[in-house]
Amino acid sequence: MSTPNKISFLAPIKNWLLRNHIWVFFLVVFGAFSLASPYFLTVNNLSNVLTQSAFIGILAIGMTLVMINGEIDLSVGAVLALASALAIGLQDSIGVWPAVFCGLLSGVALGALNGTIIALSGIHSFIVTLGALIGVRGLVFIYTGEDALMVSDFSYTEYPEIYLGPLSITAMIFLGLAFLFQWILTSTRHGREAYSVGDNIEAAHDAGINVKRNKIINFTICGGLAAVAGILLSMRLGTAEPNAGKIWELWTIIAVVLGGVRLTGGYGTLWMTIGGVLTLAVMRNGLRLLSTPNYVELMVMGAVLIMALLLDHFLSGISRKKTS
Amino acid sequence: MTQNTTLLELQGITKTFPGVKALDNVSLDVKQGEVLALVGENGAGKSTLMKVLAGLYTAEQGSIKYLGKEMQVHSPLDARLKGILLIHQELSLSPELSVAENIYLGAWPTNRFGLLQKRKLRKQTQQALEALGCDFAPDDRVGQLSIARQQMVEIARAQAFNANIVIFDEPTASLTDNEKAQLFETIEDLRSRGKGIIYISHKMDEIFEITDRITILRDGQVQGTKITADTSVDEITRAMIGRDLDTYFHRAKENFGEDVLAIDGLSADGLFSDVSFSVKSGEVLGLYGLVGAGRSEVVETIFGIRKAQSGRIIWKGREISHPTPAEAIELGIALVPESRKEQGLVLGMGGRENITLPHLHFFSTLSVMSKEKELETYEQFQQALDIKTTGPEQPVAKLSGGNQQKFVLAKWLCSSPNLIILDEPTRGIDVGSKSSIHELIANLAEQGLAVIVISSEMPEVLGVSHRVLAMANGRIVGSFSGQNQTEENLISAVSKT
Amino acid sequence: MFKQDMTALLRRHGLLFAFGIFLAGVALTTDTFLTVGNFLDVIRQVSITGMIAIGVTFVVITGRFDLSVGSMLTFLTVIVVDQHNVSGPFMAIIYVMIGGIVIGAINGLLIGFIGLNALIVTLAMLSFLQGLTLFYSGGANVNVQNAQNTWFAFFGRADLFGIPVPALIFILTAIVASFVLTRTTFGRQIFAVGGNETASKFSGIDTRKTIFFAYILSGLTTALAAIIMGSRVMGAQNTIGQGYELTVLAGIILGGTSLLGGSGGIWRTILGITMLGFIQNGLLLLGYPYYVQWLVTWVVIILAVWIDLGAKRGKVFA
Repeated sequence: MSTPNKISFLAPIKNWLLRNHIWVFFLVVFGAFSLASPYFLTVNNLSNVLTQSAFIGILAIGMTLVMINGEIDLSVGAVLALASALAIGLQDSIGVWPAVFCGLLSGVALGALNGTIIALSGIHSFIVTLGALIGVRGLVFIYTGEDALMVSDFSYTEYPEIYLGPLSITAMIFLGLAFLFQWILTSTRHGREAYSVGDNIEAAHDAGINVKRNKIINFTICGGLAAVAGILLSMRLGTAEPNAGKIWELWTIIAVVLGGVRLTGGYGTLWMTIGGVLTLAVMRNGLRLLSTPNYVELMVMGAVLIMALLLDHFLSGISRKKTS
Repeated sequence: MTQNTTLLELQGITKTFPGVKALDNVSLDVKQGEVLALVGENGAGKSTLMKVLAGLYTAEQGSIKYLGKEMQVHSPLDARLKGILLIHQELSLSPELSVAENIYLGAWPTNRFGLLQKRKLRKQTQQALEALGCDFAPDDRVGQLSIARQQMVEIARAQAFNANIVIFDEPTASLTDNEKAQLFETIEDLRSRGKGIIYISHKMDEIFEITDRITILRDGQVQGTKITADTSVDEITRAMIGRDLDTYFHRAKENFGEDVLAIDGLSADGLFSDVSFSVKSGEVLGLYGLVGAGRSEVVETIFGIRKAQSGRIIWKGREISHPTPAEAIELGIALVPESRKEQGLVLGMGGRENITLPHLHFFSTLSVMSKEKELETYEQFQQALDIKTTGPEQPVAKLSGGNQQKFVLAKWLCSSPNLIILDEPTRGIDVGSKSSIHELIANLAEQGLAVIVISSEMPEVLGVSHRVLAMANGRIVGSFSGQNQTEENLISAVSKT
Repeated sequence: MFKQDMTALLRRHGLLFAFGIFLAGVALTTDTFLTVGNFLDVIRQVSITGMIAIGVTFVVITGRFDLSVGSMLTFLTVIVVDQHNVSGPFMAIIYVMIGGIVIGAINGLLIGFIGLNALIVTLAMLSFLQGLTLFYSGGANVNVQNAQNTWFAFFGRADLFGIPVPALIFILTAIVASFVLTRTTFGRQIFAVGGNETASKFSGIDTRKTIFFAYILSGLTTALAAIIMGSRVMGAQNTIGQGYELTVLAGIILGGTSLLGGSGGIWRTILGITMLGFIQNGLLLLGYPYYVQWLVTWVVIILAVWIDLGAKRGKVFA
C-alpha cells in the first residue's frame, strides 16, 4: 500500500467506467437499435425519445437527491398527478399561470410535508411516502371526481411545441434541471451535505451538519420537481387524468437504480441518473420501433433491472477488493 | 508560545454508566509539544475519557481547563472548532466526498449564497497536505485511498483546524510497518510545532518509541503518570494490571485427554496464514494478540462462518473440510463470538429464545417448538449462571453487558459441546461477572471440554490458560506454557512484528 | 397512578379507540352497517388482501419487502381463469400453486441467496409479471366459460355454515400461518433473521434458506388469493391485482409490524387489514366515494406508526 501508485493513464478511465457503467450499457443498447431499426437513428426519433424521457427524467432528478440522502420517495407519481390536475383544473377560475403556480406549490408543499414528517418522527421514508402515494392519489380523485380534466384554452398545449433545433422545450427543461441540480450537488454546501448525510450520518452529525434540514430540503425539491413534471405533462396532453403517473414512481426508481445510484445512500450523481433514464427511454423506443408488443417491453425492463443489479453487485465486489 | 506551557488540564473527571463507574476522579494534563501516552487494559476507561474530551459524553463532575481557561465541550463540532481533535479507531469520513471536503466536513468555506468556494477549499487543503507531506491530492475521493491515507486525511483535519490537541486512539491497528513509520514522523512533526498529543495504544514498543510521558488508567482511576525515559515496560504493565495474578484467576487442573481439534496450515487471503495448533479435551488454550491480528478470523473459519483457502481442520482425528456453522454445532463446536450485540444475541428476543436459537431441533418435535422444554433449559441456566432478568421473555437488549454475556454462554453451553471457543468473553463487563466467567472456564475444562480463549487482556489469557499462543499480523508468533507463560514473553512476541 | 395508566393506554391504543369511535359513528348514522350481511361483505373483501398479507408478513419480519404480490395476483388470476377453460379447475389450481411457488422461489433466490436488494428485485418482478400477464392473455380479459356450473365457484362464492368460504379459507390459513410463525423452528428462524442476521448466522441458522422460504410462502398465499379471486369474479382483467401490494403493506404497517424486521405477527396483520376493510366499508356506507378511503389510509398510517414509535420511545414527539 505504501508503495507509490503506478500512474497509469488507463486507471482514471477504468475508475470512471466502474462508476458510470450505465453509459457503456447505453451505448450498447443505442448501437444495437441503430443497427436493428432504420427508423431509430433519425433526428426526429431521437428528439422524440428525449422528450418522452423528460417526465420520468425530472422525477428521477428529485429521486436521486432523496436517494443520496439514503431515503426514498414513493409519492412522486401521485404528486405529479395532483399538480397536473390543479394546473388544468384551476385555469378557468384563476387563469393559466396562477393555476400552474398552484400546481407547483402543491408539489412543494407535499414534498415539504413528507420531509418534515420523516425528519421529525423518525419513521422510515418508505412508510411515510407509501402513505402519501395512496393518500395523494385520493386527493387527486377527490379533486377531479374521477374524470379527466380538459383544458378549455388550447393555447396551453402549444407551449411544448417550442423547439430549439431538435430539442423540445420539455427536453430542455429536463436537461437544464439535471445540469442545475448536478451543479448544486457538487458545488453547494447543501449538495455536499447531502452526500455526507447519506454516506456517514454519524460523521455528518458530529461535524455539525443539520441532518434533518438537509433531508427536508431534498424531499421538498423532490416534490417540487414531481409537480414540474406534472405541469409539463398537462401541457403536452391537454388533459389531466386522475390516474396519470400511476406506478411512475416505480419506473423512476428503476431508472435511477439502473443508472447506478445506490439505495443505501451517499453514492450517485445525476450523470448516472441521466444515463439510466436515457437507457430506459431508448430501450422502450427501440422495442416499439421493432414493433414488439407491449409485454416484451415490460419483461425486458424487469430482466434488465435484475441484470443491472447483478452487475452492480459484482462490480462493487471488485472495487471493494481493490481498496481493501 | 513558550515551550512546556500546559495546554490542557483535566481535573477530577467522573462519569458513571448504569452500574459502572467508568471514570473516577481522573486528572491529567498535556503540555505543549508533548506526546502523552494513555495506557490501560480494555475497559479501564481510556475511550470514555477521550469521548468526554471530544464532546461525545458529558462528565458528571470535574473540570476541563484548556489554554488556561475553564472550558465546556458541547458537541464534537464544538471540540473541533476549539482545537481538540479525536482520531477514532473507526474513521469518521464520508468515502464518497473528496479529501478536501472531508477535512472541512460541515465547515466548508462558502460564499454568502452557500456556494462552495472550491478554489479556497482546495488551496487550504493543499497547504495542510503539504505541511504534512501527504502524497495525495485534495480532489481525490476518500473511498479510493488506503486506510493509512484515510488516517492522514483525519490528521490533516487537525492541521486545517489548527488543532492544539490531537488524540490518537489505537492509530496503528491496521497499518503496515512503513505506514506506521510515516505516522510517527507526522506525530513528531506535530510535536515539533507545539501541539499536544494524546496517544492511546496497547503496544508498549510504540509507546516507548514516541511518547514523553505515560498516564496509566485502571478501573477508571489514574494510577500515576511516569516520564517515559525513566520507566520500563515492566513498571507500566504492573501498574496497568495492579493485582496478583495467581490469586485472582482460577486455572483448571491439568487433566488432558485426546486432541479434540487440530488445525494444520490454515490460511485465508489477507486475514491469516499458515496457522497450526491443536487443543486437547480438558485443556484451556489461550490465543493472545492485538485487535486485527487475525484471531477472530481463525476461529470463525473453524466454526464455518468464513472459508479458508488452504489448510486442514481435523476434528477428533477426522478431517472436516469447509463446515457450515450448523455442521460445526452438530459436531459439538461452540463459538461465543467477539461482539455480543452484533453476533451473539438477537437483542429483541428474550433469554429463552436466545438460548435455544442454535439448537432449535433439540427443543422441537417435527419442527414444532416445545415451550416447556425451552423454559426448563432457560430456568436451569438462569439459575446456574445467576442471570438477573425479570423473566424469560424480557428482551435481552434491556440487560447489562454481564448478564447479556451470560446468556450468550448459556446459549452455547446448553447443547454440551466438546469444544467451546470464547472470543473476548469478558470485554466490557463488570469485575464481578468477569471472575464468575473465569471460574466457569476452569469448570468447563475440568469437566473435559476443550476450551479456546481469545483475549487481548494479557492477565486474563495468562491466568486462565494452560498454554498461550501469541498471534500477530495473521500468524502464530509464539507458543508459551509453564515457566515461559509470562507477560514479558507475550509482549515481546507480538511487538517484534 | 391510575391516571398515568390511562394516558399510557390511550397513547398506546389511541388509534384503536379512534377506530372504535369511527365504527360507532358509522353504526349510528347508517342502518346498513350493523347487519350480518355487511359484515360478511367486509370479511369477503378482506379475505383476498388478508391472504396475501399473511405471506408478505413472513417476508417483512425477515426485514425485507415483497412488492411483486399485486402483479403476481393479476398473473395468477389470469392463469387460473384461463386454465379453468383449458385444463379444467383441478389442473388450473395446481398450475397456479406451482406458479406462485416458482415466482416466490425466483425472488427468494435473488434476494436470499445472491443478496440483492429486495425492493428492486420485487419491483423488477412486478414489471416482469405485468409483461408476462399481457403476453399470456394477449391483452384481452379472460372469463370462465361455464361459470354457472363448476365446483370452482366454491372458493369464492359459496357459503359454509353461513360463513363465506373465502373467509373460512382465510381464517384457516391465518391459523396455520400463525402456528408456523410462533410455534415452529422455521418461525423462530424468521424472527431471528429479521432481528439480527449476523447473530443468526453465528447460531448456525442458514439465513439464506430462511429468506428463500419466506418468499416462497409469500408466493404461495398469493396463489391461494388468486384462486379465491378467480372463483369470485369468474374472470380476470390484466389490472385486477394492481395496487394490492400497497394495500397489503399498508395493512401490515397499520397492524404494527416494523418494516425493519424482527417483530410482528399474523394476528396484527389481520387486525390492520381488517381495520382498513372496515374503514373502506364505513366510508362507502356513509356515502363517500371509494377514493376517500385512500386519503384516510394515509392519515391513519402516519398517525399509527408515529404513535407506535412514540410509545416505544416514551414520548410522541421525538
